[in-house]
Amino acid sequence: MSTVEAPLYPIAVLIDELKNDDIQIRLNSIRRLSTIARALGEERTRSELIPFLSENNDDDDEVLLAMAEELGVFIPYVGGVEHAYVLLTPLETLCTVEETCVRDKAVESLCKIGSQMRENDLIEWFTPLVKRLAAGEWFTARVSACGLFHIAYPSAPETLKTELRSIYGQLCQDDMPMVRRSAASNLWKFAGTVESAHLKADIMQMFEDLTQDDQDTVRLLAVEGCAALGKLLEPQDCAARILPVIVTFSQDKSWRVRYMVANQLYELCEAVGPEPIRTDLLPAYVRLLRDNEAEVRIAAAGKVTKFCQILSPELAIQHILPCVKELSLDSSQHVRAALASVVMGMAPVLGKDATIEQLLPIFLSLLKDEFPDVRLNIISKLDQVNQVIGIDLLSQSLLPAIVELAEDRHWRVRLAIIEYIPLLANQLGVGFFDDKLGGLCMQWLQDKVYSIRDAAANNLKRLAEEFGPDWAMQHIIPQVLEIANDSHYLHRMTLLRAISLLGPVLGSEITCSKLLPVVVNASKDRVPNIKFNVAKVLQSLISVVDQSVVEKTIRPCLVELSEDPDVDVRYFAVQGLQSIDQVTMSS
Amino acid sequence: MHGGDEVVAAPAGLPQPLDWKFSQVFGERTAGEEVQEVDIISAIEFDKTGDHLATGDRGGRVVLFERTDTKDHGVSRRDLERMDYLISRHPEFRYKTEFQSHEPEFDYLKSLEIEEKINKIRWCQTANSALFLLSTNDKTIKFWKVQEKKVKKISDMNLDPSKAVGNGSIASSSNSSSPKPCLANGSSLGGSYNYLSHDFSFPPGGLPSLHLPVVTSQETNLVARCRRVYGHAHDYHINSISNNSDGETFISADDLRINLWNLEISNQSFNIVDVKPANMEDLTEVITSAEFHPTHCNMLAYSSSKGSIRLIDLRQSALCDSHAKLFEEPEAPGSRSFFTEIIASISDIKFAKDGRYILSRDYMTLKLWDINMDSGPVATFQVHEYLRPKLCDLYENDSIFDKFECCLSGDGLRVATGSYSNLFRVFGCAPGSTEATTLEASKNPMRRQVQTPSRPSRPLSSITRVVRRGTETPGVDANGNSFDFTTKLLHLAWHPTENSIACAAANSLYMYYA
Repeated sequence: MSTVEAPLYPIAVLIDELKNDDIQIRLNSIRRLSTIARALGEERTRSELIPFLSENNDDDDEVLLAMAEELGVFIPYVGGVEHAYVLLTPLETLCTVEETCVRDKAVESLCKIGSQMRENDLIEWFTPLVKRLAAGEWFTARVSACGLFHIAYPSAPETLKTELRSIYGQLCQDDMPMVRRSAASNLWKFAGTVESAHLKADIMQMFEDLTQDDQDTVRLLAVEGCAALGKLLEPQDCAARILPVIVTFSQDKSWRVRYMVANQLYELCEAVGPEPIRTDLLPAYVRLLRDNEAEVRIAAAGKVTKFCQILSPELAIQHILPCVKELSLDSSQHVRAALASVVMGMAPVLGKDATIEQLLPIFLSLLKDEFPDVRLNIISKLDQVNQVIGIDLLSQSLLPAIVELAEDRHWRVRLAIIEYIPLLANQLGVGFFDDKLGGLCMQWLQDKVYSIRDAAANNLKRLAEEFGPDWAMQHIIPQVLEIANDSHYLHRMTLLRAISLLGPVLGSEITCSKLLPVVVNASKDRVPNIKFNVAKVLQSLISVVDQSVVEKTIRPCLVELSEDPDVDVRYFAVQGLQSIDQVTMSS
Repeated sequence: MHGGDEVVAAPAGLPQPLDWKFSQVFGERTAGEEVQEVDIISAIEFDKTGDHLATGDRGGRVVLFERTDTKDHGVSRRDLERMDYLISRHPEFRYKTEFQSHEPEFDYLKSLEIEEKINKIRWCQTANSALFLLSTNDKTIKFWKVQEKKVKKISDMNLDPSKAVGNGSIASSSNSSSPKPCLANGSSLGGSYNYLSHDFSFPPGGLPSLHLPVVTSQETNLVARCRRVYGHAHDYHINSISNNSDGETFISADDLRINLWNLEISNQSFNIVDVKPANMEDLTEVITSAEFHPTHCNMLAYSSSKGSIRLIDLRQSALCDSHAKLFEEPEAPGSRSFFTEIIASISDIKFAKDGRYILSRDYMTLKLWDINMDSGPVATFQVHEYLRPKLCDLYENDSIFDKFECCLSGDGLRVATGSYSNLFRVFGCAPGSTEATTLEASKNPMRRQVQTPSRPSRPLSSITRVVRRGTETPGVDANGNSFDFTTKLLHLAWHPTENSIACAAANSLYMYYA
């Protein structure tokens, strides 16, 4: 056995390591299962490797998960589609393990394999497997079975189809809630393969059973599949069978069910015609917008725009807009935040008049909300607002909100608003920006929090990109360079950071004339941290400026720093000098 | 044998009082043996089938027992029936395995020591003969899987392991990411793999000289693996965990909050009850215990230190600040004393199997509540009324804050709870039942009754304690009754289907059947 020739040595090790004591090594080996299979050849993979894997399945879950994944793409290694069935045995065992993620992966792989198998093989091998799992002693097998019916069903002969439908019906009424949950969440997949006559009879019966389940978690999943199921039915059938269920669900005692309806309602609208929307779904949706439970209102508020898009403007103005007004004054900040993130999308639907008359006041009140997330959500959608109402109307109300957020006590809020500044600048234009926001951008450079100072420096760079070097020369550079005289070394450090970012954007000329002298001057700072940051900045500017400037200004400065008493300063100075040398050599 | 002086002949139609017998003891103390603090049992729980029993102790260990008497295969049904007739079969358990569930920890941020003591154990759904259970200490809940693993013997490797090590220039048997240091040479296995996939072409028929290792296994051993850790969700001490009937979620309760978890998700939980007042000085009441309804996935009950039980409906809202029902006993006028509030505090609640009744234990009584009747308990059982004059002493030595658990029989006809001196009491709670038995956690549970035949009319409290063990110093009250507050029986559990009780006396687990 130790007579393996040298070139085969690694593969021999790999095979042996399928059973190594160390889980990490076993995992690596399983991940290379295809290599092992190629080394063994197709026939021995079928006759030895696959049985070997089937037998050795009480491994750790991580290993089993990897095995389930690898087997999903294993058809080429067992000799192609006609031999695909051999892969079913190990995967069947994996479908019964306790760990959910392993089972899910095994089911996924089985579906992959099943969808490539020949019809006869499916009948001969795949369907019996589904039936075995569905009759499994433990719930784990039955849970897995639910996800396989849609593969087995299409190719089955008529009698088998009847049997499969009846088995699925039993799974929908299993004792274990886990099985019913799996049946509920896979129902629409299965339904997609069932003939329309049986769809209306058998599948709808199962659906109705599931919608009346005692367990909230089962009903929840039944709702989730509603829209997908509805799309399979003719619009009139959907209206007749699904709609009443959804309307009942929208008044379910459990808020979690109503929450799910609020999320799904919009999709269901696509499946039914316009008339049922007006008569049934709209009232249901309005109820959800006014639900007692904040979580439900959050979900409903988040869909307000999408829902309006499928309604006529009149209906939207008449029914939805009053609710939106109420929601903008909701007691829960999260509801208002959800509304704020979508409310502007309503503008194109409502048209300009209704927007200015009705939506703008809502919008403005949200901009003045006490909860920063609400204001931020509005500001992040500024481009949409601008299109509809124009900047003049907006700017008066926008500015106070921005200023307030810019000075918010939570640094994360300040950070968020900084990140929107380039967008704002773009929308508001240079003139407005200079007047109102320029000061803020400078103020952030001296924030107490590092992340804010860093973001502020980055913001300057993005503004310079937006408005061009000339503007930057006039409006940013003088103020920024003043910081060089700041007494706080952290502020002086921020300046260096800003210079390193601005240099590439502003180009060689401005860098040499304005920025570089400041940097060189900073190399005489008394704080070592400043000095080694000077070395770093100089290094970053090498590629920006001309060779002559490098030799004349940057190199002497770095040489001086390389003799600094501080070890870090020397280190970065030497690094800088090295990269000068590299640039010189390559040119 | 009848249960001593207390038992009144039951009227027809009522279940006969049970005749309790000693079944087993695990970890029995020998006389005079010192009990190690870490060995004291702090949690007991049967699984749903009653085939397994788990105990947790102060040392953070969980010990599992399995039932032996139902596993007799190959005995014909008739034989079994005859045996049933001859020797009444009762649950018998044997030690299965144990594992270290929690370790002592230190919270550096709060400068707090976190004890490893197991506060509660709850069994989860069994699958593929693997057992699952949740265990918790004050702060952290853990999800355990206990499973039989085959002990593998690998033979017939491609490479002789000893030679492989010597021949390190081509392959090493480990890679750099593995925690174990490997061989002297530095070539990582990843490198050889890459070499394989890119440059090596395999002949179409494969390489005949390679073969798979042969795995043989005869024995199995039990392995407990911690699958998930649900932590950092409780500011106060966790007093209860409880599984939902949906098999997907569970709750954990501390003094002020109840959180809802999904078993599969350990990094987030939802707060469903929060009784923390805005100002902690306004705090008047804490949560002492919480349990899910056995069948209704949306209902749960929690008890408070003021003696009330609240039933809440998860369907109503996301944060259940308002209860659906409140169960409280109106205070009897004129009975108020310094201790009233302290002894009203409920230490444990349990739903009956059918979910209609809730059993609660406060310091002096057991109360049975019908969830359809919130005006007062349907039955109240005095556990140790003879202690009432001694409340002052019990307050002095903190015993008054002992948290006794309670349990119901599977058929819901009887309830049980612990007391001092290693005693526990079983009451009949069927309407009209007067069954009230006192047992001692020892090999002869009924000896107290037997030893007091001369005073048939005395209430139970007058039974003289006869046996002393260890170095305990029992107190003796004015009537000559003795009790020993150091030997308290806090934890006990009733088998879900049979009349069998497991109870903890310090480090020993006693089992009784009837």
